[in-house]
Amino acid sequence: MAEVSLRKVIKRYGQMEVVHGIDLEIAHNEFVVLVGPSGCGKSTTLRMIAGLEEISDGEIAIGGKVVNRLPPRQRNISMVFQNYALYPHMTVRENLGFSLKIAGKAREEIDRAADEAAQILGLTPYMDRTPGELSGGQRQRVAMGRAIVRHPDVFLFDEPLSNLDAKLRSQMRIEIKKLHQTVATTVVYVTHDQVEAMTLADRIVIMRDGHIVQTGTPLDVFERPVNTFVATFIGSPAMNLVDGMAEGGAIRLSDNVRVPLPHGFAALAEGQRVTFGFRADNLMPLGHGLAETGEVATLELPVSLAEPLGAETLLLAEIAGKEVQAKMMHPRPVSPGEVLKFQLALDYCHLFDAESGVRLERKRDHGTD
Amino acid sequence: MSRGQRDFLIWVATFLVMLAICIPGLWVVLSAFRPNGEILTKPAVWIPRDLSFDNFRAIFGLGDNVVGIPVGSYFWNSAVISVTSTVVAVTIGMSGGYAFARYRFPGKSSAFLWLMLSRTVPGIALSLPLFILWSWTGLIDTKLGVIIVYTAINVPFTIWLTEGFFRQVPRDLSEAAQIDGCTPWQAFWKVEFPLAKSGIASAAIFAFLTSWNEYALASQLTRSTDSKTLPVGLMDFTAQFTIDWAGMSAMAVIIIIPALILTFLVQKHLIAGLTFGGVKG
Repeated sequence: MAEVSLRKVIKRYGQMEVVHGIDLEIAHNEFVVLVGPSGCGKSTTLRMIAGLEEISDGEIAIGGKVVNRLPPRQRNISMVFQNYALYPHMTVRENLGFSLKIAGKAREEIDRAADEAAQILGLTPYMDRTPGELSGGQRQRVAMGRAIVRHPDVFLFDEPLSNLDAKLRSQMRIEIKKLHQTVATTVVYVTHDQVEAMTLADRIVIMRDGHIVQTGTPLDVFERPVNTFVATFIGSPAMNLVDGMAEGGAIRLSDNVRVPLPHGFAALAEGQRVTFGFRADNLMPLGHGLAETGEVATLELPVSLAEPLGAETLLLAEIAGKEVQAKMMHPRPVSPGEVLKFQLALDYCHLFDAESGVRLERKRDHGTD
Repeated sequence: MSRGQRDFLIWVATFLVMLAICIPGLWVVLSAFRPNGEILTKPAVWIPRDLSFDNFRAIFGLGDNVVGIPVGSYFWNSAVISVTSTVVAVTIGMSGGYAFARYRFPGKSSAFLWLMLSRTVPGIALSLPLFILWSWTGLIDTKLGVIIVYTAINVPFTIWLTEGFFRQVPRDLSEAAQIDGCTPWQAFWKVEFPLAKSGIASAAIFAFLTSWNEYALASQLTRSTDSKTLPVGLMDFTAQFTIDWAGMSAMAVIIIIPALILTFLVQKHLIAGLTFGGVKG
């Protein structure tokens, strides 16, 4: 059993505090993804779990044992680095077996473990090559193989896919997920790519400026972002945000664009400033996709740009001088400047406090949702 | 001018330059196998008539003409001094280079600058202060005295060269090794050292050659057969009125050979080292 606990963990470099007392409980076998923009402290947090960075305050425990003062080699963890960090002067076999060799295991045992890892990752034909003779994807696999031979308590991944091209990245994403299912180990995975976070994680931890902003399952954070930061960070394309004001039972977005107050927001004070948020998937031209039965608002908006993606077209429309993205299913050609009738699914819209950016909760005042 | 003509001219020019560089060396090697009479003949005898190992036999005291110069002792002194100062300089320099490449500490860049500036002082300028210091401390005319001086000369260069190499070894590798179960010390020896090997080898060669060939300081600091090195020993062939050119040439060849062998042995590393170090940022 290897759960990982971070309790009030602080990291300072000199006077500068970069991680501000974060708390995080990671269950045994859980796949947790730390995600956030660069400089948010996610890699530092991972390196503190690994023991590569000392923690300035707080406590880190792995499998119930506090490891604050233990060097990396005594934590029984494995780590996959962003640039793989394979030993260039060793063959694939030697790379895979290095940790067992250091641990003083017998030659046969090392070979057996290396062969087994190679089998899982499809590296058997490359065992006698050096890392320099491998492609990016193969190197990535060796790095993962090196991590699994030791049967660690915790796997740590530090942006492992960021050096791969898009196609290989989605392929390796699947392999990592499969690997997790095969070896069933606790995983802490760091990335700045929200798609990776969404697809891989059991639970996503969104970080910003050294704080944890939100923790939850991928659907949780997608459907119920705590604030505008999470709303724009998670999901692609990013959530559209338009400033508005509550006025006569509606949200006034501009002089001529008004949206009825979605269910659950009747208590909004007249004149209260809010940020109105919705995803491209919930704003679609009439007759081009929205088959929702819920509450729908109809808006007439000019389209400034169309990006055909094949199955769908991304439209750039304008509300109150602000560009918002909409999606068009079963696309037809759209010319710039054309004014289309859009349908907006109000049940999936969000309201955020205009000042703090915090999401306003719906109240079940109508009893319909 | 056609391409062929231009190539031809380049070849001729290269040949002339190489000739100018090589002739003195070749002349020394040639003279080592000729009797004094032939060397001193005027006009010069360009094609040797009388080649033999007599000069070598003479300086090792084996032939009919014995030169009273303890070449064996000088060779031993040179070997002890060069090897010891190289080992010490590379050990210190490598640690220093590693520290400069890996750690942040106060005064790092100025310390590095001062180390490099020490290279700008010509060694001979230090000979008088060194002489006085060494005579106070009793280090004058000892192998240890020369070893200390050579180590001090070689350390800054070794630091500079190895620092570049260690900087090119990604820090991640050492971290990966520590996660794989290594102590920081093991991570250094098993991962970082092998990767910086060619740099360390070239640093060692440079240090050895510097010590092996150094003349100016050694000539001030050594006196007796217990401490004189080969280059200093060369001067033993000059007497008040004569110079034994043949013996001197033979000894010069003896000095050149080990350096040559060593350079060939590690040539591969040396070239890799020089080009590798050349692109450091």
